Amino acid sequence: MFYRENGQFKTSYVADQQIFPVWQDRVAIVFLLGVAFIAVPLLAPEYLFRAILIPFLILSLAALGLNILVGYCGQISLGTGGLMAVGAYGAYNLLVRIDGFPLILALVMGGVFAAVIGVLFGIPSLRIRGLYLAVATLAAQFFCDWAFLRITWLTNNSSSGSVNVAGLNVAGWSVDTPAERYLFCLVFVSFFALISKNLVRGHIGREWMAIRDMDVAAAVIGIRPVYAKLSAFGVSSFIIGVAGSLWGFVYLGSWEPAAFNIDRSFQLLFMVIIGGLGSVMGSFFGAAFIVVLPIVLDQVTVALGFDTALASHLTLMIFGSLIVFFLIVEPHGLARLWTLGKEKMRLWPFPH
Amino acid sequence: MDAGQGEDAPLAIPALIKSCLFARTILLLKLMMETKLKESLRTFTMAVALAGAALATGLSTGVAAAADAREQFFPVLTYRTGAYAPNGVPFANGYVDYLKYVNTKGGINGVKVTYEECETGYATDKGVECYERLKGKNATVFQPLSTGITFALTEKVANDKIPLITAGYGRSESADGMVFKWNFPLTGTYWDAADVLIQHLGKKEGGLDKLAGKKIALVYHDSPFGKEPIPLLQERSKLNGFELVLLPVAPPGVEQKSTWLQVRQSRPDYVLLWGWGIMNSTAIKEAVATGYPREKMFGVWWAGAEPDVKDVGEAAKGYNALALQHGAEPDSKIVKDILKDVHGKGQGTGPAEEVGQVLYMRGLSAAMLAVEGVKRAQERYGKGKAMSGEQVRWGYENLALDQKKLDSLGFAGVMRPISTSCADHRGAGWARVHTWSGKKWEFSSGWYESNESIIKPMVRAAADKYAAEKKIERRLPQDCQT
Amino acid sequence: MGFFLETLIGGLMSGILYSLVALGFVLIYKASGVFNFAQGAMVLFAALSMARLSEWIPRWLGFESLLLANLLAFAGAMIVMVVVAWLIEKLVLRRLVNQEGVTLLMATLGITYFLEGFGQLAFGSDIYKIDVGMPKDPIFLFDQVFQGGILVNQEDLVATVIAAGLVAGLAMFFQYTTTGRALRAVADDHQAAQSIGIPLDRIWVIVWAVAGFVALVAGVIWGSKLGVQFSLSLIALKALPVVILGGLTSVPGAIIGGLLIGVGEKLSEVFIGPMLGGGIEIWFAYVLALLFLLIRPQGLFGEKIIDRV
Repeated sequence: MFYRENGQFKTSYVADQQIFPVWQDRVAIVFLLGVAFIAVPLLAPEYLFRAILIPFLILSLAALGLNILVGYCGQISLGTGGLMAVGAYGAYNLLVRIDGFPLILALVMGGVFAAVIGVLFGIPSLRIRGLYLAVATLAAQFFCDWAFLRITWLTNNSSSGSVNVAGLNVAGWSVDTPAERYLFCLVFVSFFALISKNLVRGHIGREWMAIRDMDVAAAVIGIRPVYAKLSAFGVSSFIIGVAGSLWGFVYLGSWEPAAFNIDRSFQLLFMVIIGGLGSVMGSFFGAAFIVVLPIVLDQVTVALGFDTALASHLTLMIFGSLIVFFLIVEPHGLARLWTLGKEKMRLWPFPH
Repeated sequence: MDAGQGEDAPLAIPALIKSCLFARTILLLKLMMETKLKESLRTFTMAVALAGAALATGLSTGVAAAADAREQFFPVLTYRTGAYAPNGVPFANGYVDYLKYVNTKGGINGVKVTYEECETGYATDKGVECYERLKGKNATVFQPLSTGITFALTEKVANDKIPLITAGYGRSESADGMVFKWNFPLTGTYWDAADVLIQHLGKKEGGLDKLAGKKIALVYHDSPFGKEPIPLLQERSKLNGFELVLLPVAPPGVEQKSTWLQVRQSRPDYVLLWGWGIMNSTAIKEAVATGYPREKMFGVWWAGAEPDVKDVGEAAKGYNALALQHGAEPDSKIVKDILKDVHGKGQGTGPAEEVGQVLYMRGLSAAMLAVEGVKRAQERYGKGKAMSGEQVRWGYENLALDQKKLDSLGFAGVMRPISTSCADHRGAGWARVHTWSGKKWEFSSGWYESNESIIKPMVRAAADKYAAEKKIERRLPQDCQT
Repeated sequence: MGFFLETLIGGLMSGILYSLVALGFVLIYKASGVFNFAQGAMVLFAALSMARLSEWIPRWLGFESLLLANLLAFAGAMIVMVVVAWLIEKLVLRRLVNQEGVTLLMATLGITYFLEGFGQLAFGSDIYKIDVGMPKDPIFLFDQVFQGGILVNQEDLVATVIAAGLVAGLAMFFQYTTTGRALRAVADDHQAAQSIGIPLDRIWVIVWAVAGFVALVAGVIWGSKLGVQFSLSLIALKALPVVILGGLTSVPGAIIGGLLIGVGEKLSEVFIGPMLGGGIEIWFAYVLALLFLLIRPQGLFGEKIIDRV
């Protein structure tokens, strides 16, 4: 009754092809952005920013990047942590070696470095597929782990292998307080979300999806697999690299290579699977789930009186069971539950 | 409550409850899976409700707890799970037991001690999350027991005005209090450890000059923790003329076969072990498997505790490690007091057999230093009142624990006098060497003090480099009075 | 030269140990098409059961004999692994029939987390001992020919013999028993096997139980070498390149792949490592597997991947 496309006629192609054709959707998005940009910075307590919102934003950006590769192009990658590390260390090197290098450019260049490395490690995908590719990308992950520990030039010859960044500032405006950092990340995330949505709706996105569904058939009808796969790796690695540099600069402040290890790669893959493969919104759902759930579980189990070790084990167990549960109940992830809900809303109050 | 780790983990009631919960969860899952779509929508709304609960939790945790004027809150960052748990658990038990002991003695001049544990699993991001969650509760001091988390928190504590004690670990340059206002590597850093080891090896050889031409291998955990001693060892190798062979081991250190084959090939005169967690026992087992004599192995003070040698037993006999002032001290007064006042009343955090073991004593000493800093702060800012982070920081900067005071606390024979100052946040640089006899740790050397003439310039240079990178100024002497 | 031989032998034997873990992967993939990422967690869980039961059973039943304790603990751990296999089939596999590979992979990752948490909950996070009487001291061969002799690790030697026995036993099981034949039929073609009346779900329970048994043997050997602790599950990460190199569907591939990876790893770490600063073995195995795959995308002995469009 309230949410339907009835009566909303479009009179131009541009209007017909917009991301949110239903005006109720547009209102909802504007409201969401309003809350995110205005209400949250004013109202939320500091803990929420530092421990939940900022990691959520940055990890959802990384999940978005990974979703493009895994969800839209169908190439499983377990090297995400390594690519985040490339982004973070790349940005760090530029900032530390070139005086006065602008922060945003450094973060973006971190993404560019990650894109280059990502394309390099994506070359095997032209020959290997499926699970074999997943294991091959682990080579990238472990190599990056090792490189940042061993090649001291990359960590500015720090004896401990750990690096730290001085205060962040963008053209004089210093990004200090948690609310400012949150807004900084939010700008990046909104920008990349918009770009990715348009990319996957466009012709390159359709090429990716064709490769995902049946790459031999796609090659037969004239889609160049080299171009499609490598561009997927490139775009995805770029976004992941930017997310990695944000993670190091904005969230951690000081990091060592272990911050981007294989656990991070698995965490991101979980986000993408649980959130929904092949869905921009799904990346956000998945990130929210994976960031918030362990914290909630920890709080609940400790509040129930279990000691921290027990709480930690229960968290692991519940986490694992929930992953299996979601895969059984809704293999297409939370995003699918969301779209189902919207479809039900279109018909409401009628059952069918 | 026993975390299920001790030898006599009772399987009875807790396990029944656990298995009942588990069975019920399985049944619930089964029920949910039978009816797919409708239930999945309901699950989705549940998930949304959960998210709402999460936000509510976040909002409520963020609000600073109304500070009870008569309570001092100590956050306890621990790891009782994961690859480093065998060493993390006794430390945590020692720390918490001491806090409970302080309460049985009436608190800190009447101020009650409260604490909360937070599981970090030795992971930096979880450590940061624990820090963010607990700092809002008027946290007194943080002791992360992880060099990685220390690096991350060093950035944050200056803004949040909460001191960070890294007793026996962390950044070696943080001993320079004029740059690192909020870091306190009390009782020693890794440069002190490496220096003492070289002095001991020199003594064994009959003089530091006899080390020239010898080969010393460093088998280290490939992380900031393991790499910390390298600058000092390289400096010493230039000074004393020995050859340093660096052998990194990928964390967590379960695969060391090729490392020890390399040790066998290069035939070093001594092997220094810089490991933590499972890496230590694996190293000793691999040394047994390749026939490297354990008498020539010397571990850092984090590689010399019971969990590392217990299951190797007799084969580890002769393995040496540094003792950070104390070793295993089952006969000390403080151990007897704790067994009586804490464990005797059923309040013990871990099993009673653990009390007096090396890492337990480490946790005990770390907690003692934390509490003594608060006491010192109270001397200036008001006895019997709860102290803020800034006030406690002054306390740590002006610690003056002489032997008489330590003895009255029950630490006779466990710790030596320690006194910090504005410029020196380390306070003491003493260590000994102890050796595993096959059944227990026994001291095998006298006291060594680390060589300030070598370490001080290195600390100064590294601290200056940090200050230049972070664009912060050295503190002025006037600042020391605040 | 002597040192090269020593590293070679060491590499071969550690390769056998990896292939013990890889065997579990291959068995499950062959019969149920699932890439069981949880194999490492299963090795850990089996080893934990064995270690803790060998501690608790003498205490409950009140006897001292180590041999009896070990035998009973082994039997107990075997029962635990069969129960785990049955539960996994009932709760996870049955509901995910016909899903794509990624979904099944993720489901096994979920099982990994669950087993890791549950294992630590039930058995603890400390380092536990498995004492099956393996010899710990090394033996030195040819010490007249080479200085210092060639080091041969006795424990690894025993492990090699056990692994050979296990593979022979599995081969006989698959060839000469009815169940083995049914397993081979299911591995060949699920639908055809179903159509002639082979009960798929029971076969899957049996396969996972056999893989659990292999995990138990691997767990006992690794646990006896390194001590049983949470980090044992990371051994599975080392077994992945073995599986990929040898081919996901081939048992001899797991063995040969293991040998190749073991040798490659140790030789590279010892001889190339120092030039690059050390610590390269973690990625070398994967890069080696990757290079092989570029030449032969299905692994050494795997089935050629045929796409029908």
